[in-house]
Amino acid sequence: MSSLSRDEVAKLAALARIEMSEAELINLSSQFGSILDAVARVQELNLEGVKATSHPQPLENIFREDVVLPSLTPDQALSGAPAQEDQRFRVPQILGEAE
Amino acid sequence: MIKNTAAQMSAALEKGETTSVELTKLHLDRIAEVDPKVKAFLHVDGESALKQAAAVDADRASGKKLGPLAGIPLALKDVLAQEGVPTTAGSKILQDWKPPYDSTVVAKLKAAGVVILGKTNMDEFAMGSSTENSGYGPTFNPWDLTRTPGGSSGGSAAAVSAFEAPIAIGSDTGGSIRQPAALTGIVGVRPTYGAVSRYGLIAYSSSLDQAGPFGRTVLDTALLHEVIAGHDPKDATSLNAPVPAVVAAAKSGDVKGLKIGVIKQLQGDGYQTGVLARFNESLDILASLGAEIVQVDCPSFEYALAAYYLIAPSECSSNLARFDAMRYGLRTGEADGASAETVMNATREAGFGREVKRRIILGTYALSSGYYDAYYGSAQKIRTLIIEDYKKAFTQADVLVSPTSPITAFKIGEKSEDPIAMYLADVATIPVNLAGICGMSLPAGLADEDNLPVGFQIMAPAMQDQRLYQVGAALEAALVSKWGGHLISKAPALGGAK
Amino acid sequence: MALSYDDVIAKYEPVLGLEVHVELNTESKMFCSCSTTFGGEPNTQTCPVCLALPGALPVVNAKAIESTIKIGLALNCQIAPHSRFARKNYFYPDMPKNFQISQYDEPICFDGFVDVEIDTDEGAKQFRIEIERVHMEEDTGKSLHVGGATGRIHGAEYSLLDYNRAGIPLVEIVTKIVPGTGKYAPEVAKAYVAELRDILRGLKVSDVKMEQGSLRCDANVSLRLIGSDVLGTRSETKNVNSLRSVERAIRGEMIRHAELLNEGKKVKQETRHFQEDTGLTRSGRSKEQAEDYRYFPEPDLVPVAPAAAWIEELRAQQPERPSIRRKRLKEQWAVPDKEMAAMINADVLDIVEETVLLGADPTKARTWWLGEISRIANEKEVALTELTIAPKDVAEIVALVAAGELTDKLARQVVEGVIAGEGTPSQVVAKRGIKVVNDDRALMAAIEKVCADQVETADKVRNGHVPAAGALIGAVMKETKGQADAARVRELLLGHLGQPSN
Ligand SMILES: [Zn+2]
Repeated sequence: MSSLSRDEVAKLAALARIEMSEAELINLSSQFGSILDAVARVQELNLEGVKATSHPQPLENIFREDVVLPSLTPDQALSGAPAQEDQRFRVPQILGEAE
Repeated sequence: MIKNTAAQMSAALEKGETTSVELTKLHLDRIAEVDPKVKAFLHVDGESALKQAAAVDADRASGKKLGPLAGIPLALKDVLAQEGVPTTAGSKILQDWKPPYDSTVVAKLKAAGVVILGKTNMDEFAMGSSTENSGYGPTFNPWDLTRTPGGSSGGSAAAVSAFEAPIAIGSDTGGSIRQPAALTGIVGVRPTYGAVSRYGLIAYSSSLDQAGPFGRTVLDTALLHEVIAGHDPKDATSLNAPVPAVVAAAKSGDVKGLKIGVIKQLQGDGYQTGVLARFNESLDILASLGAEIVQVDCPSFEYALAAYYLIAPSECSSNLARFDAMRYGLRTGEADGASAETVMNATREAGFGREVKRRIILGTYALSSGYYDAYYGSAQKIRTLIIEDYKKAFTQADVLVSPTSPITAFKIGEKSEDPIAMYLADVATIPVNLAGICGMSLPAGLADEDNLPVGFQIMAPAMQDQRLYQVGAALEAALVSKWGGHLISKAPALGGAK
Repeated sequence: MALSYDDVIAKYEPVLGLEVHVELNTESKMFCSCSTTFGGEPNTQTCPVCLALPGALPVVNAKAIESTIKIGLALNCQIAPHSRFARKNYFYPDMPKNFQISQYDEPICFDGFVDVEIDTDEGAKQFRIEIERVHMEEDTGKSLHVGGATGRIHGAEYSLLDYNRAGIPLVEIVTKIVPGTGKYAPEVAKAYVAELRDILRGLKVSDVKMEQGSLRCDANVSLRLIGSDVLGTRSETKNVNSLRSVERAIRGEMIRHAELLNEGKKVKQETRHFQEDTGLTRSGRSKEQAEDYRYFPEPDLVPVAPAAAWIEELRAQQPERPSIRRKRLKEQWAVPDKEMAAMINADVLDIVEETVLLGADPTKARTWWLGEISRIANEKEVALTELTIAPKDVAEIVALVAAGELTDKLARQVVEGVIAGEGTPSQVVAKRGIKVVNDDRALMAAIEKVCADQVETADKVRNGHVPAAGALIGAVMKETKGQADAARVRELLLGHLGQPSN
């Protein structure tokens, strides 16, 4: 029987940037055991030597030529912006440093 | 007129018996009349639909050569970007978002003169099998308004089933076209992965997603398939190969000498009696038409559901990271001094529904360091085994078949508290997605126990989509002659149909 | 109790690791067709793909792949027959998708090396820097922090985002750990980055302008007691944006680590930011927990599997390695060591070579670029390449002087004119009416006039006091507005006054 504690769910929620309520954390934690049991079935088979498939079609080397095409206009680019200023997206103060 | 097939409407337009504007008005009237009950649409744009229709009529009047679907109204799943038209993917986080660009599917529809009536309801970000996970409320099954139409393309399926549109576009990540087609008694096809461009299709699970057509007949579905398929340089996973001759196949419908493989693993326990009865009856019909029925074994399919519920959530946890309140969509939690991080967290909490959050968390877990190999890595290997099972099976048969859904349409609310039970609705459709091949669901009749539609699933190898139509058309013709009409004509009226 | 650098190296051995990010100079972005031109108006070079609008999909720029393979080959790397893109998942507002498309366990190039040479008291020393991997990724947008201390992230009230730079192709070049450089660690690091810059420039795959950020270096430094084989804890210094800073940052970090270790404290494994003004590093905001990037294969892109024939074709096109080129040019041009070092320091090799290739004498070409033109550039506080004078202009000027049509003095006026934007050297000559007066009759007229004006001096010369001729020659030059060839004037003058001219 798998399980995931409330704190583990909280850690995942933080990684996924979702501010979950206490009730949600507890509810999700209670459901996760049976979900994990269901998906853990992938571990039942001996998969040694089996290749992983990440693409359903065996394609390779799909490229585009290095050619500039028209961009969106700034109006279009910013059309969905919750806030803007000086043709830029305005966002709340950023705390961390970039990578 | 609205009960006609798209092919019949097309012929009427060609002969000048009707106009696209008239057809569009009739469908808009129908939507006004029945959609308050069915709730298939999230957004109907009558004005622009009529404008498109008038333009096609003008083209036709000027003698311009038009495609078979020019002037035919269509319902578009809200997962596809359409320039200037609200596109939400059924999520509150995208409420009121209007894309500044057209998805390739929409561009192809417009180029073919297809009239887009509006955007249809769906499970949020295509995550679900009942359309109950929409951020805007559920869609109701036209056969029984207390039941779900399936999902995630439930809105599109219900719209076609309720005669609100003759054809529709859906998307199928784990069965999201085929399962609702089955539950609403219509035809739905998930094309080969890479056959229809994903550019502008809001991603749920990139390696599984594929847009595809709905219709009330195999031929209508093929006509739409041919319009939207084809190579697209904007999608690096798009196949650069000729579109299979699906329309020709739908018109021929011959199964003589064809080998049809029944997948042992996709029947039996968990499948409703009436579903199996209709399925076996269809097999008998195909045999009587000259097909050879063989049994095939796909042992890894038992693990398909588990693999799917790791791969899709993993990819979605990353695909949905872009919904962060910075550039578009919902922004909330902007109290004085709130940081960008706080606003992101609050917005994603408020904007995503329960199932979406559940899958994001599951995917985040499956990809996190220390668990990757055991979960995501193993799931990718199961995927390889499923592909190998199919390869072997396709050496024994030209097409493979199974019931589309183990059960008929279920009651609204019946499974919404039990995620695992809901996930089981896709057990027969998921292997197609994992392998990137194509599949069709077409009506096989009504289950005796509940008088609800049963879907018959046909699967074919990658880029052999025409085989689906060939077999589907043969079975459909035999069933229609047996029933004395299409199954959909037995659907309840929903109030005065014209 | 600041330690001296000598104290540090007496006790500790530094171990380096260098990560260099290079912006490629493709026309369009890594995964979309937006322009990469530097300095556009905000958000004018964006599209659904690089803004990460719902539904948009990336498609790989072929030129970027080619450039990356070229870089790998130049760094003696293996080129992977099969490589993949992966998603690196973390949230940051500069990064529209909230994941970066990068490469993880299957980079396009791996296992290479670069040899660098530094000058030491004991003569030239060579070091081999081993390359772990060369992989492709994409740049982020730029944020402007408003309120608080302007431009600084701390204390800002809000930020403004411009995504013009989001999706610019980046190549990351990662070294294996570099031990054994001892006291030369800072210089070796600087020489390595300089060598990379020259290699990349030779390949023409990047602008390699550290000031504009098209070449950026992150320096990992750790110390261990001399003789120990246990690695110390490393710090990673970012924002190192000039060759000089590479050296300063590493030296500074070595001292900082040694001070901590001597006090029995631990070095924190963290990201630090180099401060150009102080030469010191400051701690970045420490994260509460280590990021878990949840790498997985990018499902929107298919593998890159370069054909062996293509790789060989690119290998055959590889330009001369910078170190070999430097040796060759030194010999061909017969440049003394000191002058060669001056040229390398002033970064004029390319421009001088181009001038020589256009026919100029190597010494003359070098003298012009390193002398007069550098002087003007310094005066104007701009780079040589930003002046409007080009190698073809200098070659033309050298040719005019050689043909006797310009004197060195006149040539300087022409250089000035070209830089002032008056056109090509011949246009400047024509416009300014500059010409060497070599019409003997005109010169004789001037000489006769001067001799008549200064009879006394002329007589002195006639009587054999040749040095007095200087004043007369000066007067003739003045008379001819400096356009006469002084040597010819001297010859004619002395002949006129009955004296031998040599
Ligand atoms: Zn772009």
